[in-house]
Amino acid sequence: MSRAALLVLADGRFPAGGHAHSGGAEAAVKAGRVTGAASLEEFCRGRLHTAGLVSAALAAAAAAGADPVSLDAAADARTPSSALRVAARKLGRQLMRAARATWPSAELDAVAREFPKGAHQPVVLGLAARAAGLGAVDAAYCSAYESVSGAASATVRLLSLDPFDATGVLARLAPELDRVADAAVEAARRVGDEGVEVLPAASAPLLEIGAEVHAAWAVRLFAS
Amino acid sequence: MHLDHSHHHTPAVSADAHRPDGSRRALRVGLGGPVGSGKTATVAALCRALRDELSLAVVTNDIYTREDAEFLLREAVLPPERITAVETGACPHTAIRDDISANLEAVEDLEDEVGPLDLILVESGGDNLTATFSKGLVDAQIFVIDVAGGDDIPRKGGPGVTTADLLVVNKTDLAPYVGSDLARMAADAKAQRAELPVVFQSLRSEAGVADVAGWVRARLAAWRA
Ligand SMILES: Nc1nc2c(ncn2[C@@H]2O[C@H](COP(=O)(O)OP(=O)(O)O)[C@@H](O)[C@H]2O)c(=O)[nH]1
Ligand SMILES: [Mg+2]
Repeated sequence: MSRAALLVLADGRFPAGGHAHSGGAEAAVKAGRVTGAASLEEFCRGRLHTAGLVSAALAAAAAAGADPVSLDAAADARTPSSALRVAARKLGRQLMRAARATWPSAELDAVAREFPKGAHQPVVLGLAARAAGLGAVDAAYCSAYESVSGAASATVRLLSLDPFDATGVLARLAPELDRVADAAVEAARRVGDEGVEVLPAASAPLLEIGAEVHAAWAVRLFAS
Repeated sequence: MHLDHSHHHTPAVSADAHRPDGSRRALRVGLGGPVGSGKTATVAALCRALRDELSLAVVTNDIYTREDAEFLLREAVLPPERITAVETGACPHTAIRDDISANLEAVEDLEDEVGPLDLILVESGGDNLTATFSKGLVDAQIFVIDVAGGDDIPRKGGPGVTTADLLVVNKTDLAPYVGSDLARMAADAKAQRAELPVVFQSLRSEAGVADVAGWVRARLAAWRA
């Protein structure tokens, strides 16, 4: 395996559709919950320890070879908002396309056939990591990082926030990202023996509610 | 890049000219250019001109609304299931060039749901003069500028003006009112584009979109050959 493949997969420019999504930042900005770098940091911290932890664990489990169909069902069960389930599947489908083009693999082909309209993005991310020769730890890091980096770059566009401030937020979250990735990998490790029930189910009600409200707006910059 | 087709049915790369069932996919034509130059009006006119002879669909990339799609729906240029809007996350050029995922999904869904299609028109959200479509998304691109945006645009060039397969200079009916010199625009375009074609059109005139429609028919004939 090549560790450098992780840089390719985690690159914000990896063409998998993420640029059109704000990770809930657009709804939070509109609601006045994110107004600058300090509140962005709180928003991202909340996201990291809830949606981020769940997605990192799903990605780690998929990378470790757990059954994608069970993982996808577990992701559905952990995503109360139907708008977020739709967004996760859209992004999963787009990531699947990019991953198959980048790291062709029979396993990816099989899952693409199983889910023609897309599996949940973190599950596909784990499978993409696997196809790239990466492991559960890499997938967990990639997913946990994405759970905050997308929201940060969207906020730069939404608030014309100083990009150095937004990047500083991500850098300050790095130690917490380590802990979230560790917890995700530990949970994923137990899936083989104990099933997907052991995966974390942390949730952020405001993200779920915000996503439903956002999906009903007539005018918005981001798809979610 | 094409993957080995022996072990899967759903192609991962959509530049691939064939659909999963082996049939030839629709020709995809992108329309780019600055906001207000007449992209949506050209799409609407093309739909009216071609819909009786071709199976057509449209993808719009609005910047922050569904306005282009809604205009086309209101004008009833095509049945609603043949018009799809893609959301672009405040970056319309990213969605047509750097990360074409959402647009590829839209064109594939249209082919699956209302196909078979002969032609899909993809309108970009209005952008600056540097925006061009990825070859992974469209087979040919039209860049639409207008005479009211300044008659120095062809001289300034930029990737859209210089490299688009067809340059359309729209709203020639307005030239006398905005003091645009059409001969100069034609000469500048020729200097930038050498042999690549340029169409001057006014959608308010009788000829309307006829030249562009003729160009599209020729591209389609070449695509099918
Ligand atoms: N006078 C004139 N107006 C036009 C012509 N083509 C389009 N328009 C108008 O220009 C405006 C912007 O057109 P639209 O197609 O929405 O531009 P887009 O932003 O490039 O999609 C609309 O009010 C159109 O009716 C034309 O050939 N002549
Ligand atoms: Mg338009």
